[in-house]
Amino acid sequence: MKLEDLKKIRENASREIELRQKQARIKIVVGMGTSGIAAGAREVLKTFLDEIATHNLTDVMVTQTGEKGLASHEPMIEVHEEGKEVVVYGNIDPAKAKRIIAEHIINHNPVSEYMIEVK
Amino acid sequence: MMDDICAHITDIVANSISAGAKKISVSIEMSKSRNILSLKITDNGKGMDKETAAKVIDPFYSTKTGRKVGLGIPLLKGTAETCGGGFALNSNEGTGTEIEAFFLLDHPDLPPLGKLKDTILISSVSNPEVNFSFDIKTDDRNFLFDTEEINKILDGLPINDPEVMKFFTKYLDENLEFI
Repeated sequence: MKLEDLKKIRENASREIELRQKQARIKIVVGMGTSGIAAGAREVLKTFLDEIATHNLTDVMVTQTGEKGLASHEPMIEVHEEGKEVVVYGNIDPAKAKRIIAEHIINHNPVSEYMIEVK
Repeated sequence: MMDDICAHITDIVANSISAGAKKISVSIEMSKSRNILSLKITDNGKGMDKETAAKVIDPFYSTKTGRKVGLGIPLLKGTAETCGGGFALNSNEGTGTEIEAFFLLDHPDLPPLGKLKDTILISSVSNPEVNFSFDIKTDDRNFLFDTEEINKILDGLPINDPEVMKFFTKYLDENLEFI
């Protein structure tokens, strides 16, 4: 497999997809400071990426940030959605990440059990 | 605390991102013939003055007085020194930071390398505004993953597009088999 193969993906992508992604409807921010990484934030981030790819969620993007300052709740993530309050989830693992994708991101029902803050 | 070498890499990269870096280069060399694993991470972030650079290496520099960088740097230094290697940090305010660490490849305390493919994917895709280059070398093989080159091919299609991510997963699997 060569990098050149990416050209096909580029050619097949419609302008519409490109535009949608540029104005991502939802942004998931994963805390990737030292304590987050030690608590398993990498696996959580990877799960979000895998789920986005599997469900072809072109309007959701994942980004990372440094220390969140609440080491006891790592891995922590935030869900930013346009026009809504930011939801902070704590003690996330890959199984919980999958549930957040299914319930919060796809079905618009935040998972109250994992929430530690709404701001 | 850090399970593998890739955890250290992810952590140092997170520091670079916090420092506002727009270009981060990671090079990893595993040389069996020289019995060395070496790691170099260079960024063009805001850098540090001498005093701050000395503080971030010190694990006892208080976290309560506004330590903005995690314990990642002293942890990496500790791992390198435990594994018969060494550590160096060079930083210039305004131009960026360079961190180098090396380890003896056959040292019994050397942590496993970890999931290099995931590390490359996670960094590149979750920081689309940053240009990454990952340069992976062994005694006889070499692989370069450069998002500047990739973004040229993508020509406006985001690097975190689902189809692009699927491509990377397969592409990295195939091209990093030698590690």
